[in-house]
Amino acid sequence: MAEPNNTQQHDDSEAGDDERIPPMQAIIDNPFLLLFIGVAVPAVFYTIWGIMEIAAIPIAK
Amino acid sequence: MATTFAHRVCPDTGLKVCRHAEALIKANAVVAIVFLAIGGLFGLLVALTRWPAVHILPADLFYLALTAHGADILIFWIIFFEIAILYFASAVLLNCRLATPRFGWLGFWLMLVGALMANVAVLQGESSVMFTSYVPMQAAPHFYLGLILFAVGALIAVFVFFGTLVVAQHEKTYEGSIPLVTFGAVAAAIIAVYTIASGAIILIPTFLWSIGLIGDIDTLTYRLVWWGLGHSSQQINVAAHVAVWYAIAALTIGSKPLSEKVSRGAFLLYIAFLPIASAHHLLTDPGISSEFKVFNTSYAIYLAVLASMIHGMSVPGAIEAAQRRNGFTRGVFGWLRNAPWGNPAFSGMFLSVVMFGFVGGISGVVLGTEQLNLLMHNTLYVTGHFHGTVAAGTTLAFMAITYLVVPLIFRRELILKGWCKWQPYLFGLGAFGISMLMMGAGTLGVSRRHWDMTFSDATLSFDYPPAAFLMMGLNGVFAVLATIGGIMFIVVVVGSVLVGKPRDEETAKTAPIIFQGGGATISGHGGEATLKLPGTVTLVTVFFISFVLYYFVNWKFLSEVWPLS
Repeated sequence: MAEPNNTQQHDDSEAGDDERIPPMQAIIDNPFLLLFIGVAVPAVFYTIWGIMEIAAIPIAK
Repeated sequence: MATTFAHRVCPDTGLKVCRHAEALIKANAVVAIVFLAIGGLFGLLVALTRWPAVHILPADLFYLALTAHGADILIFWIIFFEIAILYFASAVLLNCRLATPRFGWLGFWLMLVGALMANVAVLQGESSVMFTSYVPMQAAPHFYLGLILFAVGALIAVFVFFGTLVVAQHEKTYEGSIPLVTFGAVAAAIIAVYTIASGAIILIPTFLWSIGLIGDIDTLTYRLVWWGLGHSSQQINVAAHVAVWYAIAALTIGSKPLSEKVSRGAFLLYIAFLPIASAHHLLTDPGISSEFKVFNTSYAIYLAVLASMIHGMSVPGAIEAAQRRNGFTRGVFGWLRNAPWGNPAFSGMFLSVVMFGFVGGISGVVLGTEQLNLLMHNTLYVTGHFHGTVAAGTTLAFMAITYLVVPLIFRRELILKGWCKWQPYLFGLGAFGISMLMMGAGTLGVSRRHWDMTFSDATLSFDYPPAAFLMMGLNGVFAVLATIGGIMFIVVVVGSVLVGKPRDEETAKTAPIIFQGGGATISGHGGEATLKLPGTVTLVTVFFISFVLYYFVNWKFLSEVWPLS
């Protein structure tokens, strides 16, 4: 449960730069990947899906 | 490798403050507060008109005031302030220079010109289309053009923020991951990109329609895409004000999140799932399937609700842990009794946490449930809900951090200390009252946008229950309270900036406003690493019981709408 504090973080980075970064950490540390996720998810599930639903409504005759 | 840049070292926090970032933070914060004052004034006029015994404005001016109130508060006030937060959370917390300050100023001027243009259009009286500006109601072309210019400016500012993250990373001005508060600002910025893109997709064709270049805008498509702007803009607030909660807790009592990893995970859920809540505005729209509605407003949005609940436990939990570490260990709530309630930054933040959770949060989940939404769709309940989130939650949190921004960024002492102390309580009480009373009136069916709840000019008469009239009268009283709180805030902030005593290094030592080490805490890493939090567990238990009871009471109401036996 314990989180690393500042001192521990410095020690870790000094211990070795080639330490493997966990995949989740790599995602969270990449703001542009997050930007892609943050735009793609609502664009697909809300905007595109919604427009497809509206486009599928039959036109009144 | 850090490069040199024009900066000062803050004597209070020890953080490097980039001069360009500082100037842009000041400019955006000042303009934000001007729009808060204008929008707040229109809000008072709206509330006084909804007060049946006062009913101050005629119909045309009511809709004009409602449009101005919505645009000035829900768009201009909050986004100008959020841009200031983005610059603070990037350049200042990452100890680096602001990327492309000229683009920052370009964004600022575009936003300002756009906001003024939209306000002029509204005040000219030909654009009383309300915040939602649903087609086929048509506003003047410069209303839409103003919103488009504002959106472009905001988008530029957001990319200056992302550019600053890149600068800090390349120049290695921080170790490891970005600080949690900056990560919260990243979440807000990402939601802002989706929001602004949605706005551009729908407002550009609507502008072309207003000048006659496009013959028709489909009303249902407009509503769908517009709410990607209208509701997601309020989700920028959520991410931004949660980041502000963590920032204020760190600066005022030195608290760290309970678990930095868990809090970051919650922000990640915001990034992915928060904007889809826009769908709850479409829950009664024909032609859109229940699969779309239920997925977006129930299944997936519950991941964002989970994130809010994580923050809702983490922030008070972090405060309790810090207070206990600071020596306030007596009993279950000794940490709460001994919290710095006289510090408006702290009191405003804590009231914001409580009211956002209990009022805005619970009502948001109820509104987002397709079946329950039928009980109060397009009633004043919706208005009450978002006053719980935007007024009691976001605005109060932004007011709270302004009490730190004035001394730390403007380098001015606050004037009228007694007013500062009471202002968050007065505004908070007013915002709480208007939220609860409008939700109450909405539950009784009072329409969200109607000028006259007596329907005095209607051919067929209709009477709301007397309780609804009482609630709207009380709503007016609480709106006056909130306005007094708002005026106190404006007077204190403007007065402090203009005539406040300059805050120098000596004052920073003799009259500290930041908890010792608060600057390092907000820009560093680590968590409190304890779950021995009996006070927070008690508060969270009360919250869950309230949540469950209120949720099921609404199902009970629903079952009474169409009795089957």
